[in-house]
Amino acid sequence: MIRFDHVSKSYPDGTEAVRDFTLELPSGQTTVLVGSSGCGKTTLLRMVNRMIDPTSGTVWIDDENVADVAPVPLRRRIGYVMQNAGLLPHRKVIDNVATVPLLNGVPKAEAHAKALELMELVGLEATMATRYPDQLSGGQQQRVGVARGLAADPNILLMDEPFGAVDPLVRADLQAELLRVQRELHKTIVFVTHDIAEALALGDQIVILAKGAAIAQVGSPQQVVAEPADAFVADFLGLGRGAFDLHLRETPNGTLVVDDHGRPAGRLADPAKPAEN
Amino acid sequence: MSWVMANLPMIGGRTLSHLLLALPAILLSFILAIPLGWFANTYRWSRTTLLTAAALLYAIPSLPLFVMLPAIFGFGVREFANVVAALTLYGLALMVRSAADALASVGTPVRQSSTAMGFSASSRFWQVELPLAGPVLLAGLRVVSVSTISLVTVSSLLGVDNLGLLFVDGFQRGIIAEVITGIVVTVLLAVIFDGLLVLLGRILMPWARARR
Repeated sequence: MIRFDHVSKSYPDGTEAVRDFTLELPSGQTTVLVGSSGCGKTTLLRMVNRMIDPTSGTVWIDDENVADVAPVPLRRRIGYVMQNAGLLPHRKVIDNVATVPLLNGVPKAEAHAKALELMELVGLEATMATRYPDQLSGGQQQRVGVARGLAADPNILLMDEPFGAVDPLVRADLQAELLRVQRELHKTIVFVTHDIAEALALGDQIVILAKGAAIAQVGSPQQVVAEPADAFVADFLGLGRGAFDLHLRETPNGTLVVDDHGRPAGRLADPAKPAEN
Repeated sequence: MSWVMANLPMIGGRTLSHLLLALPAILLSFILAIPLGWFANTYRWSRTTLLTAAALLYAIPSLPLFVMLPAIFGFGVREFANVVAALTLYGLALMVRSAADALASVGTPVRQSSTAMGFSASSRFWQVELPLAGPVLLAGLRVVSVSTISLVTVSSLLGVDNLGLLFVDGFQRGIIAEVITGIVVTVLLAVIFDGLLVLLGRILMPWARARR
């Protein structure tokens, strides 16, 4: 469990990135922090592994105040995945995946064996192991990033817009892969994104943030969509733009689902085939 | 050609002395430039001053510098230490900026992700920033290497033994073959050295070619 307790972050020039933020992130679940750029979501994420220290307030991991843990060992037991993967271009894929175990002094053979397992887990072929990151596609690099985040078997995985820089098809693939991995591993995931569709796809708990990391709403994807707390949330979801109020429309080619503007959003599935979750 | 054949041992000896002056200077300017470049990069206020000061070193005419240094440090004009010190200063003039640029070329995402992985500040420098600065460092080092090998010859005007003596001596005695030999061997040395550096870069940084 991660707990933010009246956390604030302000900078010497007077900007307040986070103002009095309090929230509990349950263990073994995915919490998505979603909001426009500059709302303070990345600042919150980086407070967990002390890349940023709060000006006031406390961040707890279980019963431990992170301010009492030295940053370097703290970071080595928390997985971190970032946009554009942030891989080390001068190290082969397998060494990138094994970065943290190697830093922790795990023997190379052991670290590499574990890295190969993780590569398989995230859907990377073993032949990629000896390549350099720049020889991989964006989607593959991102998979390496996820495998690297998992390498030291951390309880917590911090993900900062990890799929923001890949094209929509690959992004959907990576999201599905993350859900599958999470069903297997049950990590406590903190996921930052500005894409509400991504938040709804991945989150057990969704936190919609306004400026200064003010919590506009916390809830399950169902709750957030069914009962937006206020006009800000409704607008963020796209309700105002007609993207979330869907209608059925009969056409000669079958029953379509359309949005408020009549744009096709999909087709009605066979009732005999229920949704996956 | 007959002059070259007749004087092979002498040419060989001068080539060796030439190398013994150039190599330590190249190595020293490389090693000293890295902390200076790091400092200029880390403490932004010092960057302009430091880089300008380094660049101005290059504006000091070389012959007077060879004569001036002994006055400051107290070693003899023809001493090994004097020549190496002067050449190192010129090397630094070029290399400090290269080192600062090289370290600055390491992207913020990589720095941040290494920090997030749990690299300590020093392990991040040695294992991430310095290797990634490699290609730009190498580019700077190649210029320093060529420039130093050529600059060594100036010290021959003071009577220091190196390839420059061939054209000083050849000029005074009117032996064209000796003058040409001095120039050709100096250029050859610079070219060979440059090639070795490129080769070394390929061996040490196989990843750099994947980047393009």
